[in-house]
Order: sequence, then C-alpha cells, then structure tokens
Amino acid sequence: MNLELTTQQKQAQSEFKAFVNEEIIPHANQYDRQEHTPNELIEKLAQKGYLGAALPKDKGGRGMDAIAFGLLNEEIGRGCSSLRSLLTVHNMVSQALLKWGNRFQKENWLPKLASGEVIAAFALSEPNVGSDAKSIETTATRAENFYILNGQKKWITYGQIADVFLVFAQNEGKPTAFLLEKNSPGLTIKPIFGMLGTRASMLAELHLNGCKIPLENLVCRQGFGFSHVASSALDYGRYSVAWGCVGIAQACLEACIQYTNQRQQFGVYLKEHQLIQQMIAEMLVNIKASRLLCYQAGYLRDNGDPKSIMETSIAKYFASITATKTANKAVQIHGANGCSSEYSVQRYLRDAKIMEIIEGSNQIQQITIAEYGYQEYLFSPNLPVISQELTARI
Amino acid sequence: MKAAKSRIKNFLAQYFGDRELQDDENIFALGFVNSMFAMQLVLFIEKEFEITIENEDLDLENFKSINAMVNLLDRKTTVVAGN
Ligand SMILES: Cc1cc2nc3c(=O)[nH]c(=O)nc-3n(C[C@H](O)[C@H](O)[C@H](O)COP(=O)(O)OP(=O)(O)OC[C@H]3O[C@@H](n4cnc5c(N)ncnc54)[C@H](O)[C@@H]3O)c2cc1C
Repeated sequence: MNLELTTQQKQAQSEFKAFVNEEIIPHANQYDRQEHTPNELIEKLAQKGYLGAALPKDKGGRGMDAIAFGLLNEEIGRGCSSLRSLLTVHNMVSQALLKWGNRFQKENWLPKLASGEVIAAFALSEPNVGSDAKSIETTATRAENFYILNGQKKWITYGQIADVFLVFAQNEGKPTAFLLEKNSPGLTIKPIFGMLGTRASMLAELHLNGCKIPLENLVCRQGFGFSHVASSALDYGRYSVAWGCVGIAQACLEACIQYTNQRQQFGVYLKEHQLIQQMIAEMLVNIKASRLLCYQAGYLRDNGDPKSIMETSIAKYFASITATKTANKAVQIHGANGCSSEYSVQRYLRDAKIMEIIEGSNQIQQITIAEYGYQEYLFSPNLPVISQELTARI
Repeated sequence: MKAAKSRIKNFLAQYFGDRELQDDENIFALGFVNSMFAMQLVLFIEKEFEITIENEDLDLENFKSINAMVNLLDRKTTVVAGN
C-alpha cells in the first residue's frame, strides 16, 4: 500500500489550489450573497478543462484518474461549494452518458460537455419525491415520433443555466432516463431563491407540460433509468460531494488556525486556550479521516472494484458529517465574527448542512451502510473469523 | 465456465444471505436488494471477467440468474475473441 500522491497528482493539486485561491476564494462570499454564479467564472472553469475533468481524452476530457478528480473537488469545495456542485452535476451527467449513452449520444454530447460548450444538470427530485427516487411521478409517454413528458422536477442544481438535463420519468410504469434540452417545447424553467446553502448554485424547478423530446433522447433502456443510469450518476455525485466536504472542512480549519493566531482574549491568543485547542484537534483529525476514506474510495474506483460504490457512500457520509461538525466549530471559534457575512465560516456551515441532505441523505446512507455491514460480516463467503462467531450466535 | 459460475455465486451470496442460490433461480424474484445492487453487479462482472457491460447488454434476461449471466459472459467473450 502506498498512500503518496504521484508527481502528476501533486502537480495537478497545486494547479487546482492556485486556481481556487486566485479565481474563486476572493469572490465566493459575494456569489453566495447574490445567489448567482457569473458566466465568466464558469468559462474559466471550462477553459481549465475542469468541466471535462473525468471524461477520457478521446472524448475531449482531461482524463483525470479518480484521485486527481477528487483533489479537484476538494480544492473547488474549499473555495465555493456552489461551484463544486456545478462540477458534480455536470460530471454526473457526463459519466452517466459515457457509461450508458448510445453511440450517437456519446459522439454528440460528450465533446460538448467536456469543453463546457454545453452545461448539464441532473433532474431526478420532484416536489413529492426525494429519497424514494424510484417512485418519481413524472411520466414519459411514447407518441409516434417523440416522447411526451409530464410532471415537475425540483431543486435542480444549476437548472437556471443548464443547456441539457438528464431527466427521469416513468415510461409505461418503469423508471427511465432521457436527455431534455432546455428549449424543448412544453418545458418551463423557474428559478428557486432563498436556499440555506450552496446559494450560488442557481437551483430551478422544471415544469414539464406535454413536453416533447425526440425518441433518440432515451438514455440506456426503458426500466433501467434508476437502477443503472441514476445509480451510476449518483455514485459519481457522492464521490464528488465527499471530496467537496473535505474541502469545506479544510477551509474551516485554515480559517480557524488564522483567526486563533490573531485574536486575543484574556490576554492571550485564542490558540493558547485549551478548549480551543480541543476543537482544532478534533477538526484536524476528522478531516484527515475523511480524506483517507476519500482516497480509499478513489483507489477502489480506479480499480473498478464493486466495493467502490459502498466505500464511496461511506466516505460521503463521514465527510458530510465532518464538514457540518467542523463548520459548526469554526463559527463557534469565530464568535460574533463567525456569524457575520464578513467572514466565510458562516457560509461553510450553511453549505455543509446541504451535504448531509443531497446525493442520498445521511439517513439513507446509514440504511445502505448498515446493509453493507451485514453483507460483509454475515453473508460473505470469505467471512473473517470474528463474523463467523457472530453468525454462529444468531 | 464452472469457475465463472462459482465466482458469480460467491458474489451473489453476499446479497442473498444464507439462501443457497440455484443456477437457474431468478434472483429478481427474490425481492429488491437495494439501489446499489445493480451497479455493484455490473462492476463485479466487468472487473472479474474483464468485459464491458454496455447499453445493449442491459436486459434483465441477461442478469436474472447465474446461468443467464454465464451465458452473457459466453456470448460476450466469443464476440471479443471473434473480433
Ligand atoms: C441545495 C440542494 C440541491 C439539490 N440539487 C438537486 C439536483 O441537482 N437534482 C436533483 O434531482 N435533486 C436535487 N436536490 C434534491 C435532493 O436530492 C433531495 O433533497 C434529497 O434526495 C432528499 O430528498 P427530500 O429533500 O425530498 O427529503 P425526503 O426524502 O422527503 O426526506 C426527509 C427526511 O426524511 C428522511 N428519510 C427519508 N426516508 C427515510 C427512511 N427510509 N428512513 C429514515 N429516514 C428517512 C431523510 O433523510 C430526510 O431527513 C437538491 C437538494 C438541495 C437541498
């Protein structure tokens, strides 16, 4: 086992850090206040190739391995979780198409997604359906030369600016995925404002009223929209969010190290108070643990290991809790300043909370992680000794 | 293909617990595993047998039982060899 980054990964990491320090951090609080991501910033992200980060080079992408892609998400997440969520949803759609799109879809869409000429969003959730995603109510009915979509999608990250949506609907009662272009007849896009966190991520509702899309926009096959298309996209999304959470927590830690080194109370710097040290220690250790879980998930992903899916889920679960706990402490350490819009830690706390809800809420992760535990320790044919004893007892 | 059968059986054992799966038993009839299962199965087959599951392979008929998966593997490896 080797836990060191390769030279290439280290170089990529310093490139990402420099980009985030220069282009994102100085403006992120303003984007959050304005609930808007400027186009120029998205263009810069595109120019750097970050929108096609994980797509292979022959599709116009940067062909990053999972670890490098993770580092990119950590760095962007350190600067601005809204922008990181653009990277997340855009890459979720790209990856779903790369795996399950037909030849035409791959040839037509992937190069445009890789270059950022086209921005993609992921439209699964609905007003009545969140965690129980396979019960979506939107329908897709086949007419002669097109499908007709009816229903409503909600909370769609960057839905206000996306050119194409990966949308999920019941086709003859079976969950199915489709590509929906923004100017399709019958589609109305309504912006959502006033969210708690990731406020610059330009959320939208999609109203589909007899919305017509061409037959060739079916992605994969009827009935495989949830089990395969959404699942592989969400797996990608969880990986991206997990690293993004490490980024939020890292930003909190760095802010606290600075602040406690500058502010004095009771005649000494805050860092001299042992109760402050306790918080710093917990932050640091949890960040390192989260990052290691992310590395492990990344390593398994690069190996195409089926365990990578659950290990990613574990990383996302732990990292999102770490982000929230760490941001909470960061606000505490900053006192009143931490509650003010002049400091970033209040944004980190609001953004972190979102991470415990999206891409499978923490309760849903707990359910699947516990199931994984039983699969590993009770039912696996290669049971470790301890679980053989467990089995014997039950 | 005997080896393939037992490798698939071993993998599925994690999900179906103490139930001794028969080679032609329909695994989908045993109930919904969870939302991660389908993609875990795809990754398992791809890694274990060094093939790529594509869009056109996604037919429940190809994954419904151990025998069905072995047949799919047979077909896919013959095509690759043929190419
Ligand atoms: C900022 C933001 C961005 C988003 N972006 C997108 C996007 O781009 N695309 C998209 O499709 N969706 C998006 N969503 C929606 C997100 O995926 C859902 O919020 C999420 O799936 C949870 O669904 P829900 O909000 O409907 O909560 P519900 O499913 O109604 O759950 C409510 C609460 O009940 C808990 N709960 C649910 N079921 C169980 C259970 N079986 N056992 C125990 N507890 C349970 C949940 O954990 C949660 O705490 C976004 C949401 C937010 C906040």
